[in-house]
Amino acid sequence: MNAAGFPLLSLLTFLPLVGAGIILFVRGEEAVVASNARWTALWTSLITFGLSLILWFQFDKSTADFQFVEQMSWMPEFGLGYHMGVDGISVLFVLLSTALTPLCILSSWEAIQSRVREYMIAFLVLETMMVGMFSSLDVVMFYIFFEGVLIPMFLIIGVWGGARRVYAAYKLFLYTLLGSLLMLLAMLVLWYQAGTTSIPALFELTIAPSTQVWLFLAFFASFAVKVPMWPVHTWLPDAHVEAPTAGSVILAGVLLKMGAYGFLRFSLPLLPQATEWFAPLMFALSVIAVVYTSLVALAQEDMKKLIAYSSVAHMGIVTIGIFTLNHQGISGAIFQMLSHGVVSGALFLCVGVLYDRVHSREIARYGGVAKIMPGYALVFMLFTMGSVALPGTAGFPGEFLVIVGAWNANPWVAFGAALGMILGAAYMLYLYRRVVFSKITREDLKALLDLSPREYVTFAPLILLTLWMGIYPSSFLSFFEASVAALVSRHEAAMALPRLAGM
Amino acid sequence: MNWTLVLPELVLATAGLAALVAGVLPRRDTSFAINMGVFGAMLLAAVLVLAQPEGTAFAGQYVSDDFTRFMKLLVLAGAALGLLVAMDWNVKEGLSKFEFPLLLLFSSLGMMVMVSANDLIALYLGLELLSLSLYVIAAFNRDSERSAEAGLKYFILGSLASGLLLYGASLVYGFAGSTNFDRIADAVGATEGVPFGLVVGLVFVLAALAFKVSAVPFHMWTPDVYEGAPTPVTAFFASAPKVAAIALLTRVAAGPFGELVDQWQQVLILASLGSMILGALAAIGQRNIKRLMAYSSIGHVGYALMGLAVGSDLGIRGLLLYMAIYLFTNVGAFAVLVAMRRNGRALEGIDDLAGLGKSDPAMALAMTVFMLSMAGIPPLAGFFGKLYVFLAAVYGGYWVLAVVGVLTSAVSAYYYLRVIKVMYFDAGDAFDARPTSISVVLAGTGLFTVFFFAFPAPFLAAAQAAVAALVG
Repeated sequence: MNAAGFPLLSLLTFLPLVGAGIILFVRGEEAVVASNARWTALWTSLITFGLSLILWFQFDKSTADFQFVEQMSWMPEFGLGYHMGVDGISVLFVLLSTALTPLCILSSWEAIQSRVREYMIAFLVLETMMVGMFSSLDVVMFYIFFEGVLIPMFLIIGVWGGARRVYAAYKLFLYTLLGSLLMLLAMLVLWYQAGTTSIPALFELTIAPSTQVWLFLAFFASFAVKVPMWPVHTWLPDAHVEAPTAGSVILAGVLLKMGAYGFLRFSLPLLPQATEWFAPLMFALSVIAVVYTSLVALAQEDMKKLIAYSSVAHMGIVTIGIFTLNHQGISGAIFQMLSHGVVSGALFLCVGVLYDRVHSREIARYGGVAKIMPGYALVFMLFTMGSVALPGTAGFPGEFLVIVGAWNANPWVAFGAALGMILGAAYMLYLYRRVVFSKITREDLKALLDLSPREYVTFAPLILLTLWMGIYPSSFLSFFEASVAALVSRHEAAMALPRLAGM
Repeated sequence: MNWTLVLPELVLATAGLAALVAGVLPRRDTSFAINMGVFGAMLLAAVLVLAQPEGTAFAGQYVSDDFTRFMKLLVLAGAALGLLVAMDWNVKEGLSKFEFPLLLLFSSLGMMVMVSANDLIALYLGLELLSLSLYVIAAFNRDSERSAEAGLKYFILGSLASGLLLYGASLVYGFAGSTNFDRIADAVGATEGVPFGLVVGLVFVLAALAFKVSAVPFHMWTPDVYEGAPTPVTAFFASAPKVAAIALLTRVAAGPFGELVDQWQQVLILASLGSMILGALAAIGQRNIKRLMAYSSIGHVGYALMGLAVGSDLGIRGLLLYMAIYLFTNVGAFAVLVAMRRNGRALEGIDDLAGLGKSDPAMALAMTVFMLSMAGIPPLAGFFGKLYVFLAAVYGGYWVLAVVGVLTSAVSAYYYLRVIKVMYFDAGDAFDARPTSISVVLAGTGLFTVFFFAFPAPFLAAAQAAVAALVG
């Protein structure tokens, strides 16, 4: 049935849910419940991660086909099926999700003291939704997981968030929901035209260009909010600032990737003419995002907000790469998504370390941290370098490939992306200087403790990944080589067809 | 004369009469025994409905097929759950009288006659039996001004609607020469063009039924009656009678007037659009949770009518599924409202739910599930209801309906989220311990709402069979 010999993807998807079920039935005193919930959640997510490594080792990199495919009938009279599988584009995102979840749980070990049980359940449910979304090969299933993410995320921000958490949680939920519902209509149209909801089957469908325009806009409404693209990015800084550290990590690490993944999975292969037609608009929005949000980031007083705006800028690079529609650009975009998932997740963890100790995210509150917490300063520096795309760190290959791809598509876009890199260096180094270097401005900072062993354990895999992705990117690039090549050639074949009437 | 066909109705009627005697004669309080007896009668009727053969009886006035079976089971489930939800409340409020279960029983009987009606007169009989029971039950808390007001308001407006129905029915009779649905369908199909008088009659009938399902612009009574009536009564109002009235509307539109699709379609599209928009916008400002649920139910009727308005088999199937899912989700949500009680006093403000996430996590979780399901968030049941009606709208090319439906879903998510926000993010005191009957209802409806996605096949198949029976 598939390379693993058993329904691996379903197991990865629903195992966290089993863990959540176990935690739900833990009884006893509050402290005992909390500790049991933490350990159960950690072990569940670790086992899930361990199983997901099978994907890493057994994935066949030479083909663009879907692998580890599972298929079951669900509502046959509607042509709706339970259909799971991964290709080169999605497989690493499954791994990213399973890898970040244990780190999030570990990072919340002491930071979360109230309603620990519910918190852990929310994270495990979130993991189910994320893994399920990246491995769905059925449109309706994709939508279910895509939307289902909102439920745990709403609660994570709303219950365990900061002062303006209610506003932020609402904004996240309603922005995303409105976009997604329009996408649902587009999916129903696809369903109607193809008579099936299986994504591989939809690839065979030819859609009239005039319809494509509408479908593209509907998908765009959903994915642009999720990416987020300028000007619908405003929910992100609010959500990041108010979310607990682990919530920010998963938001930046995985949830932002869902939008870009959606473009790659639906817009590009299904709507080639419309994609080509809208590409200039996408470039314009992305370049504005890159330059404008970088400038906004320079002016931030709040560490989390700064990193949130930098996320918008980095995702702008991703959308530039996707719409170059050439091999380098798309590969670069996927690589950038992965590296951003690791690096920005790590940066939010870095902020969380300070926040746990001082309970402030204000940049001016800190200064001279290097002298007090040298280990932390080193770790923070590595991820700062990753964020500014220093060669040898994870950020570089992705941004470089995107700029190369953009140059082929339109040199001005490449110029915009490069400008973003320069501004990125400016705001990240400015942040780092203000927090870590300069004088120790406040006496109480002197009492801060350096990273605890638990925190080192949390950071270690991220450090490893940041360096590995920077020094030897091929081990990641090779995963999506074939899939990206197939995507590009399919697009070119579709564009080579004689133009249909209506456009 | 095939009277064995109406066995479920006979059982209910006999049980009702017996309970009436049992309630009046003994001097002791027999309300608990009668509650249980009525509950048993409903279960028995449900079993009999399952075993009911297909056919017509009483000279074609009464029909039994897959459609009536589907709807009657829903109606009986709604009524039984409504009774279960009400029992503990009635004891605590000092309203534990034997008339309450009895009125529920007679209204169920009315609904079953309505669902099975194949004749305008039978339809009217069923509708009136239902309505009269509902008028009384709305004013059941006699000492409360609000309850009495709700009952009176409902009675006056309801009688107006009944008048409209009779007037429309007489016009239709004048045209078709018969009140039987099959004869009307024949007469409509046999004429060239569309007689004006018939259309006027049809519109009157539709208006009366729109009143019963509280679709815009005949919704005005809903918030006031929902707010004024005792909470368990509101729970009942929002579930079984609504399902039965929708069933009736579907039967009338698709059966005798099936040929006049172009005529009733416009009316229903407007009603659907209006209900969705009003349900989404008007609920935002509400502070009383029963009023909120009233507007929410108006919105849900809008989505359900979308299925009928597109005028396709797929749409009707969507509507049936939507109503089934709505029924269970709604009863569950109302069970939570019934359990809102602090120091013996019943509460109905949205803010009173504050702190429930901490004081009663299980109930808060159940309420979250119901609210998100009503907002149509996957993977909960409500999403599938919306999916199927939207699918029908897209298939039929009704873009305005689909897009408005989507936008109002997003707007209505705001106020459903507000309930969740209050429960989890705000602090408040604990409620009194919830009674077992509420817990049972919560568990049952909650599990249905969460796990619908895993086992949709039997529901889809039943709805499919019902549509096939209706459209033929």
